[in-house]
Amino acid sequence: MAAIYSLYIINKSGGLIFCKDYGSAGRMDTNDSLRLASLWHSMHAISQQLSPVPGCSGIDLLQADTFDLHCFQSLTGTKFFVVCEPGSSYMEGLLKHIYELYTDYVLKNPFYEMEMPIRCELFDIHLAQAVHKDRVASYGR
Amino acid sequence: MQFFGGSEISPSPPATAAASSASGNNAHMIYIFNRNGVCLFYREWNRPLKTLNPQQDSKLMFGLLFSLKSLTAKMDPTSVEKGNLGVPLLPGQGCSFHSFRTNTYKLSFMESPSGIKIILVTHPKTGELGDSLKYIYNLYVEFVMKNPLYTPATLIKCELFNKSVDQYVRGLG
Repeated sequence: MAAIYSLYIINKSGGLIFCKDYGSAGRMDTNDSLRLASLWHSMHAISQQLSPVPGCSGIDLLQADTFDLHCFQSLTGTKFFVVCEPGSSYMEGLLKHIYELYTDYVLKNPFYEMEMPIRCELFDIHLAQAVHKDRVASYGR
Repeated sequence: MQFFGGSEISPSPPATAAASSASGNNAHMIYIFNRNGVCLFYREWNRPLKTLNPQQDSKLMFGLLFSLKSLTAKMDPTSVEKGNLGVPLLPGQGCSFHSFRTNTYKLSFMESPSGIKIILVTHPKTGELGDSLKYIYNLYVEFVMKNPLYTPATLIKCELFNKSVDQYVRGLG
């Protein structure tokens, strides 16, 4: 029950640097993904403002009727969020694993420019493996 | 979808699986908005941090909800035909979110078919509050809408409603 529909990575200014779709119905063009990512960045920031208690770090989990959205924000402000089936477990772990892949295959890549769209082949390969492994594990549960 | 059945308040408030702090009131605050964004009701029980004045705070909250609804409708992976971002959505149109959680609070949201939005901000470990919000909506119907002295789309000043909401929220968890 951990089918992922899509994964997005946003840089610290809210710009979309990576977007991967794993099977949502209906196509979303690039402009729309860019808008959605910036919208999410702003909503994340506003939710910190509305906290009744100090020390809020933004939305971790958004639950809607047909999907859940898990978000992980690194200490540098890069946000990883994944759209998945409702009731998915282990998304936090998967997001942290994707963050590790990001640091290994994107940040340590000497040709990668910070805050620019990610075009690193090794990252794509390892990400596909991680998502596939997660999918296989979830079907086995 | 049959939204609410019957016009009486259910005899006993639904039991909620909320595991929050032992203090008197388990929720931080509640907002009720109408379809035009007018804040009809705001009550806080536990809010140590206030960053904005009340009008700005309610406008910010309404704006956040409007944008989140727009985002979820557009991001819905199961619908094929998605509208454009930013287009005002009717209640019930498109996929809507029902709660989000941060590390310090959980916000539960419900919109009635008439556009009345109820928002309850609680402790992050609270369970599903869909039934509680429906109960609060029933309280609104009984004590506010059926009050002949209440003018719709204005601030709610019904003492019975305030008392019953306080009592119900105190009993959550």
